[in-house]
Parts: sequence; structure tokens; C-alpha cells
Amino acid sequence: MNILSSFVIIPFVMLLALFFCKGMKSIRTVMVGGASLLLIMACVVTGLFLTNDHPAGEMLFVADTVWYASLHIHYTVGVDGISVLMILLSAIIVFTGVFSSWHMPREYFMWYCMLAIGVFGFFISLDLFTMFLFYEVALIPMYLLIGVWGTGPKEYSAMKLTLMLMGGSAFLLTGILGIYFTSGQSTMNLPELAGIPIPLMHQYWIFPVTFLGFGVLGALFPFHTWSPDGHASAPTAVSMLHAGVLMKLGGYGCFRVAICLMPEAAQELSWIFLILTGISVVYGAFSAVVQTDLKYINAYSSVSHCGLVLFAILMLNRTAMTGAVLQMLSHGLMTALFFALIGLIYGRTHTRDIREMGGLMRVMPFAAVCYVIAGLASLGLPGLSGFVAEMTIFVGSFRHPDLFHRVWTFVATCSIVITAVYILRTIGKILYGPLVNEHHLSLTDAAWYEKVSAVCLIACIVLLGVWPSAASQMIMNSLQPLIELWKL
Amino acid sequence: MIPMEHYLIVSSVMFFVGIFGFITRKNLLAVLISIELILNSVEINFSVFNRYLYPEHLEGMFFSLFGIAISAAETAVAIAIIINIYRIRENIDIRHIDKMKN
Amino acid sequence: MMEYTLLIVVIPLLMFLLLASCGRGMRGQLAGWLGSLGMSAAALLSYTAAWHYFTGVGKGEESYQQILACSVEWLRFTDKLHIDLGILLDPISVMMLVVITTVSLMVHIYSLGYMKGEKGFQRYYAFLSLFSFSMLGLVVAPNIFQMYIFWELVGVSSYLLIGFYYTKPAAVAASKKAFIVTRFADLGFLAGILLLSYYTGTFDFAALTAGEGALVAGSMAGVSFMGLSAASWAMALIFMGGAGKSAMFPLHIWLPDAMEGPTPVSALIHAATMVVAGVYLVARLFPVYFFVTPGVLQLIAYLGAFTALFAAVVAITQTDIKRVLAFSTISQIAYMMVALGVSGYSGHEGLGYMATMFHLFTHAFFKALLFLGAGSVIHAVHSNEMSCMGGLRHFLPVTHITFLIACLAIAGIPPFSGFFSKDEILAAAFHHDQFLFFLLWVIAGLTAFYMFRLYYRIFRGEERPYEHTPHESPVSMLVPLGILALLSCVTGFIPFGKFVSSDGSMLVIHPEGMIALAGVVAALAGIGCARFLYRKANDRPAQIATRLHGVYTAAYHKFYLDQVWLFITKKIIFRCIATPVAWFDKHVIDASFDGLGRGTVKLAGAIKGLQSGKVQFYAFVFIVSTLLLTLWAFFY
Repeated sequence: MNILSSFVIIPFVMLLALFFCKGMKSIRTVMVGGASLLLIMACVVTGLFLTNDHPAGEMLFVADTVWYASLHIHYTVGVDGISVLMILLSAIIVFTGVFSSWHMPREYFMWYCMLAIGVFGFFISLDLFTMFLFYEVALIPMYLLIGVWGTGPKEYSAMKLTLMLMGGSAFLLTGILGIYFTSGQSTMNLPELAGIPIPLMHQYWIFPVTFLGFGVLGALFPFHTWSPDGHASAPTAVSMLHAGVLMKLGGYGCFRVAICLMPEAAQELSWIFLILTGISVVYGAFSAVVQTDLKYINAYSSVSHCGLVLFAILMLNRTAMTGAVLQMLSHGLMTALFFALIGLIYGRTHTRDIREMGGLMRVMPFAAVCYVIAGLASLGLPGLSGFVAEMTIFVGSFRHPDLFHRVWTFVATCSIVITAVYILRTIGKILYGPLVNEHHLSLTDAAWYEKVSAVCLIACIVLLGVWPSAASQMIMNSLQPLIELWKL
Repeated sequence: MIPMEHYLIVSSVMFFVGIFGFITRKNLLAVLISIELILNSVEINFSVFNRYLYPEHLEGMFFSLFGIAISAAETAVAIAIIINIYRIRENIDIRHIDKMKN
Repeated sequence: MMEYTLLIVVIPLLMFLLLASCGRGMRGQLAGWLGSLGMSAAALLSYTAAWHYFTGVGKGEESYQQILACSVEWLRFTDKLHIDLGILLDPISVMMLVVITTVSLMVHIYSLGYMKGEKGFQRYYAFLSLFSFSMLGLVVAPNIFQMYIFWELVGVSSYLLIGFYYTKPAAVAASKKAFIVTRFADLGFLAGILLLSYYTGTFDFAALTAGEGALVAGSMAGVSFMGLSAASWAMALIFMGGAGKSAMFPLHIWLPDAMEGPTPVSALIHAATMVVAGVYLVARLFPVYFFVTPGVLQLIAYLGAFTALFAAVVAITQTDIKRVLAFSTISQIAYMMVALGVSGYSGHEGLGYMATMFHLFTHAFFKALLFLGAGSVIHAVHSNEMSCMGGLRHFLPVTHITFLIACLAIAGIPPFSGFFSKDEILAAAFHHDQFLFFLLWVIAGLTAFYMFRLYYRIFRGEERPYEHTPHESPVSMLVPLGILALLSCVTGFIPFGKFVSSDGSMLVIHPEGMIALAGVVAALAGIGCARFLYRKANDRPAQIATRLHGVYTAAYHKFYLDQVWLFITKKIIFRCIATPVAWFDKHVIDASFDGLGRGTVKLAGAIKGLQSGKVQFYAFVFIVSTLLLTLWAFFY
């Protein structure tokens, strides 16, 4: 059996095992055990990938099974450097997410496993249709997880999120069918398709449609509005997984499908989406400045940061794209940490309104310090992951020879100041200053399982921030074929 | 020999009478009778085309026979349903039967 | 050969990690002693390094050479462009190492007494170590991107330390302001780096400055944007970063507020080290400024002169002693900037450059001494306000003497250190631009005036009715004061030109008699005025203030720049941009998607009447449509 398939099989086995679980203890055993196994597998795959001497950009661990022959749908798996990193990210967040949803019931975890199947399946798939299938598998549990276990106007948010993302996938399906039928070769295999030039005339409509389809999940302006409401209503671990991993599906898909398969149209049409993503970056940051709900602040911040991912992808050069993938990793880790901490704070204070909190540093020092670290990572402090990603993006984007692109890069750069404004505003309001609410004095600091999740994420953020070259090298190698294609 | 058109005129008249009845009658039994008219007109057509156009084949005739059998079965079922409806609602006015529930 | 310099940077980092991770379990004093111990090790190492460098390793035939003590590739952007982390030793970085470790060590020791019993003592020392690490990493940076990395790190350490008393809203606001203002300036810095690296394809200082900035001049030749050459843009933007950190007008607004932090922090970060980072940056890239973009250098000179004058005027009117010192710092750093702006390159032409570094060196010690002395005073009377002080010389004899030495040094009275460095600056300005010389001369007088105003009002004059008798500070605070006072006395005699000069050559500097005399006259005049007005309590200052009513009030309110800042942040950014954006998001974009949903529901409501359940209606529609279709098929 292929090693990659285990990423789909392990969550599935966890799902089955949960049927037979009675009592929290056995549920937690299954979840922690399974999630750790996933994490170990992810590390193993990364290790194998790094030690495997292979030409740059080649897919590794490829396995192919015919699944539906008449439509040439295969179950094809394989990874390059980018997918390996994405799998690692997903495994980390699934692992920490389990600790952040410690008191949830069995059914919640079952959907959680389902979500994990979708996410992992998406990243390992090399078949366009299977990829799409897993994409949908990841979306559906979201509806139930938010709608059932969420807070606030959860039905509304769940419905909005699902409908908008489904709308996106309608575009996507059109695009996929377009690729399948216009490429002239009956295949859904991504590497094969990448070698086949799709007629330019068709690229002009397939590229926008696919990019838009994935872009909705990547919070592309103006299709980002599911994100604040969805994140605000979702339970902690779901927010973590959604912002941390699911939104990366968007960026990853944009890259893997829209850009890789239609490079010519991407070069011609990227400016349209570049304008939109540039707006996302600045607009999300400005929106975050005036929000009063912690989760909304973070959701808009995600819009801004994920906007930067798409922005960099569209710059179509190696450095910027490397930066984009680094930003996916960095944003995934940091936003997961944010949501974990917000969940922790909300679970104790029962409010997310920053005006009703203050001086929490004295009450829950551990959580507060973690929050400050997350904030500093978000505003791009050197030594933490955000800096590496943003700098790679800015340096890369600025290398675009066109003046418009460079001016637009400047505009995106401005977001680092605005980010500082909203992050420091939040930190200043909720953590510093005198205690606003007397009842908060009796609150407890993070419990051990919450500490596990926070420490794990911080360790990863620091690791990526201090030693980025390995990850960056992996990504650069994977981009090699694309770069050769463009002769950049 | 009677020309084919005459048969066809009769069957068309029957067909449209049936249609008209099906759309306008309010009594379920009358609607059922209209359906029978439609079916019978179609069967006439089958037989006639078979007889006039492909006398060496018998498919049209068979089809008519099938049609008759089906319409008989269908009538039986329909009458049963109508009787049941009457039992429940004491009324077989089609305007009142617009819900699949109950 | 100089690899051990790596330790100078790494020791504070290790201290930070140690104190940050295990500090909570430690006793406060232990953490303090550990931090101080680490810093003294770093200080000893940097003295050794300086000795090695200036006497042996760095010394070439006629000039000092740059040594790359170590370097590793950290992150690769493209085949050509990569960030290295390393240690570059040249005269100015070695000098900075000495300055930073010395002042930092003094502050570490001083804080043992000053911060005693404060909550979060361990955290304080952890942050101090973090700051020292970042600042040391900044000065040894061999490339501009490493400098930017550590530039951000010092910004954050400064943020953390200003906000040390995080339960005090004023401190939180000040820390936020400091970070955001400098971040804004750093945006310019980053943009400058992007521009510069795009054209030159390197971050390396050595490559950028080599051969009179030939690489920059060559690669950016002929490129212009909005009427200015790309090189000017890049260098001006980079200077913007420096202006933010070094508190040049109008980006200086964060520095006075930063005084909300603990006083030793102000001494270390906001007087001696971090705020001179901007000067250091310009000095690092000096050949590029001088040869490629002389216009920008001119701008730096005039902006510096204006800032120096402006800050000196404001300093006269302030009553919070730390704020007086803060404005004095702004003024003195601007002084250094002017000297850089008027400097030439190579040999005696580069007098301004050497004078800048000399002043930076002496200023670090006497300004740190002033702040620490002020801290000692605050420690004794528990207030920052001058009105609560007076006649303290009897209570705080040691503080008094050391403070007086520092005041004499900054005023430029021989033989204290400030005299020598200031004299070089005046001389450099005199030979370049007489107008700037005149301005600087006036500022020298003003400096003496406000410093002695401070001195007389704190230590002379009448004693206030103190709640409890002010007492001299503990030994741990007095020792650093003594050492710094000693340094303020003797550092002026260092033949600085022999060590630091614009092109690395060794200069012999002869003081120019007339200029020195002029400087001393200005200083004496300032001191005389202060003595006349403030020696004994009288109403002369009040009378003058009334007579100059408008100017005085404006200066007292720092020319209302804080209000402008508040207007920009609160009104423009918050009210006029962010709020409408959020409104737009909620009421236009979000609403339009909600509208889409509602529209779908409405549409469904409209067409659901067709699905009536009436069989005959279905049949009717079916038949009519069939007929229509048939007709259509028939006719076409």
C-alpha cells in the first residue's frame, strides 16, 4: 500500500473506531492516538522526501488506481515539496485541534475525522476529479460542525459558508470539465495535463473560472464574506482547521490547477486577480482595525494574509510563489494559534468583545504570552514565521519587471503597518491595562491540553521563523518545472 | 377500403376529447374515463398504422393488446384508489385531491 | 580569527532564552545577577575584540579593513539574492559593540537597585537581554537585510520595555505609539531595501559601498520615478527608516512618550543605543549617500538641523525631567545627523563623519548618565515633575556630582567629553555650510541653557517640603553612575580620528581654536542664562513665559504635533478609512451576498405556485407545451 494513502485511511479508521467508543476517555484515546499517528506519518513522509534524491519538481510516492475507467478518473496520489509541507501543516493542525476541542462529544469528532479525510485527500491527490471529490468531502462536514456545535448565529453562518463555497465549487467543476474536454487527451491526471497545452482560447475562460472557484475558499475579495461570519460562529478547533488548513486548499488549488495547467492565460490575465487580491490585503487589514469581536479581528486578518498568498502566487515568479507557500504555512500555524487562544479566552470569559476585557495578562499569563507571540508573528517579527513569508513575498513580488506590479507591491506592503495597528490595539485592549471586569480575577490559566496545543504551534512558528531555508528550498525545487516553462 | 385518414380522424377526435375531459372534468371517474379514451385512441392508431403501412408485421397489434391489458390493470388500480379516496374524504372531486399526504 | 565575536551576540540571546523560559521560577535578584553576568561577559569580549581589532587584526597598512568574522546563508530568494547572517567588524561596528555592551552592562547593574521589588523583575531582565542581543546583531550586520531583521527586533524589544508597566494605560499607549510610528518608518526602510536590492541584486553593505557606490550608481542609472532618480528614492526611503528610529522630525513623536518605560530602559534604548541606529544606518551607507545621492544627504543635513533646533526649543519648556532629556536626545541625535550631512569623504574631508561617530560615542555615555541620574532623582522623590524637586544636592551628593559632570559634558565645557565631539561637529559644519554652523552654534547655547535649567531646578534652588526625606540611592545604582561619569570625563581625550573615519584611514585631528572658543562661549552663555533665571526661585522665568506667550505655549505643547498624530490616527485612519471600509464590507459586500440568498428565496417563492399539486393543471401545461413544441418543430 502506498504510504500516502495512509493519510486518508487513518482518519477513516479513526472515524470507524469512534463508533465503538463509549465515554470521553476512549474518544480522546482514539483521537489523540490517531492524530499523533498522522503527525508521525507526516514527519516520516517529510523525512523520506528530504532524503530521497530526486530531480527537482518530480512527484514522489506516486500510486495510481483506476477508479472509474470510462471517465478516466483514477485515484492517483503523489507529492512534491509543496504538498509535503501542506500535509505536515494539516497534520500539525489536526493534532493541535484535537487538544483544543477536548470536551467535545463523539459525533463532533466523527465529523472532524471526515474533515481530515477531505483535507489530506485533497493534498495527496494528483487526479483532478479525485481532488475535487476530496475538496467537497472537506466542505460538507464544515456545515454540520458549525451548524451544530457553533456559537452565535451559527445556522446562518454555516449556511452562508457552505453556500458560498459550494458556489465556488460550481465554478470549479465547470473549470475541471473544461480542462478535461479541451485538453484533447482524455485524462484527469495533473502532471500529465501540465504537459499538455490547453488551447489558448479555452484557457481564457477556464483560468478565471478555476481561479475564482478556488479563490472563494482562499478569501478572494469580494468573495470573502463567508469567512468572518463562519469563523466567528465555528467552534474553536473548526476555526483552527478552517482558517489554518481549509483556506490553504484555496491557495494550493489556485496554484496546482489554475496556474500550473494554464500558465499562458495566467500570465495574460493575472492582473485582474492581482487587483482583487491587492484589495483583499489592504482591505482586510483595515476592516480588522475597527472590529470589536476577537474572532472577527482574526478573520479579517486572515482575509488580509490569505490575500497575500494569492497575491504572491499571481506574481508568477519563483521567489514570490515560494513566499506564497511559506505564507500558507505561516498563516496556517499562526491563525490556528490565534483561534486556539481565542477559544481558550472565550471559554473562560464568555465574551469575545474586546471592550469587555482588559488586563488579562495578570489573570492568565500563559495564554496572554502566547497571544502576544501569535500577534508578533502576525505582524511579522523576525524570528517568527510571518516575517520570513512576508519578506519572501515582497522581495519576490518586487522583482516583477512591470511597474504596475511593483507599485501594487508597495500598496500590499503597507499592510504590515496596518497589521501592527490592529494587533497592538487588540493586545493593548485585552491583555494590558487595568482589569476591566472584576469577575475575571477568578479565571484560570490554560489547562494542560490547551498548553500542549499552544506550545506545539508556537514551536512550529519559531522553527519556521528561525530556520526557513529547508522549507524554502523544498518549495523552490518543486517550482522548477513551472519556472522552466516560463523561462524566468 | 376505408382510407387510413378516416381512422386517424376518429382517433384524433377521441384523443382530444380525452384530453379535454382530462383537463376539465372534476370528477375522478370522469377523468379516468378520459384517460381510457386517450389510451384507446392511441391503440386505434397503432392498429391502423400496422395494418396499413406494415401489413406483414404484427408489432402494432401486439402493442395495442399490451395497451389494452395495461389500461385494464390501470383502471383496476385507479378505481381502487378512487374508492379509497372516497372512503377517506367522501368526495372524489379532483380539486380537493392536491396533497400527497394523508 | 575573530570568530569569538559571535559570542558577544549569542550570550545575550541565551540569557534571554534562559530568563524567558525559566525566569518565573527564579528569584528576582538571581535573574538580575544572571543577566548582568552575561552582559559583563559580552562586554569583556567586546573590549577584547576592540583591542584585537584596533591594534592588530583590523589594522592594514594605512587604514582599517573590514573583517567578516562569520557568515551563514539564512534564506535564499533567488540565485543571486540571499540573506546571510553574519558578523562584520569594522571601526564603527567595533566601536558600537563597545558602546552598547558598556551602557547595557551599566543599565543591568543599575537596574538591580532601581527595579528592586518590582513585579516582573525577571521579565525585565529577559527583555533587556533581548534588546541587547538585537542591538548587537544590528550593528554587526554585514548586509542591509540582517540590519532590517534586527531593526525590527529592537523595535519589538523597545515596545516590550516601554510597555513594561503594562497595567498603566499611558505606558501601553506609549508602547503602541512607539511601535507603530517606527513601523511606519520601517515601511519606508523596507521599500528602500526592495528598490535597492532589485537593481543592485545584493544586500551586502560591502558590495553596495564599494568603489564610491559604483554598483548603486551603475545599476540604477537612468531609472527614475516621478521626477526623482530611483537611487534617490531608495536612499531617501532608507533614510526614512533611520529617521523613524532616530526620532527625526516629524517622526520623533514617539520618543517623548516612550519615557513611560522604566528609566534605565530610557537610558539604554532611548538615549544611548537604539535611537542612534538611524545615524548608524546612514553612516553604514555613507559612501552611497555621498557619491550617488548627494541631494538626499543635503536633505538629511537640513532636516537634522531643523530637528535639532526644534527639539532644543521644546526641551526648554518641558517640566517633566525625563521629557527634557528625551527632547535633548532628539536634538543631539539630529546634531549627529547634521554632521553626517555636511561630511565629505576620505581624509580630512570626512571630518563630519568622524565627528558624528565621536559624538555618538561620547553622547552615549553622558546621556545614559543623565538618564540614570534622573532615575536616581526619581527614585528619591517619586516624581518626574521639576516642581516637586529643588535643593536636592544635599540629599543626593553622588547623584549631584555625576549629574553635574554629565551636564557639563553635554553643554560642551572642556575638558569633558562633549566638548571635543561637539567641537568637531561645529568645525565640520563651519567648513561646509556657514548657515548650518550658525544654527548648530545657537543650538549648542540652547543645549547648555536647558541642561542647566534642569540642573538648577533639581539640585539647587529651594528645598521642597518632601513627604519623606529624599535618600541617596543604593550602591548598585551609584557604581554605574560613577563609572559613566568617569567615562564622560575621559572619553573626550581619545584620539578618535585614529580609529574611526569615513574611509577607514587614520586621521590626526587638530582642534580649531576659534571654533572651540565660539562653542565654549555659547555654552557659557547658556549656562549663565540658566543660572540667572533658575539659581534661586524668582518670577523671571514666568515673566519671560508670559511675554512670549504664544511661542511658549506652543513649545510647551510640543508644537501640537501629538495632536496632529492623534488627528491622523483617530480621525483619518480610524474614522475616515477603517470605519467606512468595515461599513462597506458589512453593508455592501456582505449585504449583497445576503441579498443573493434572499433573492433566491424570493424567486423560489414566486415559482413554487406552479407546483400546485393539481394534476389537471400539470396536464394542461404539459399538453400545451407539447403542442407548442410540435408547432415549433413543424415550422422550423
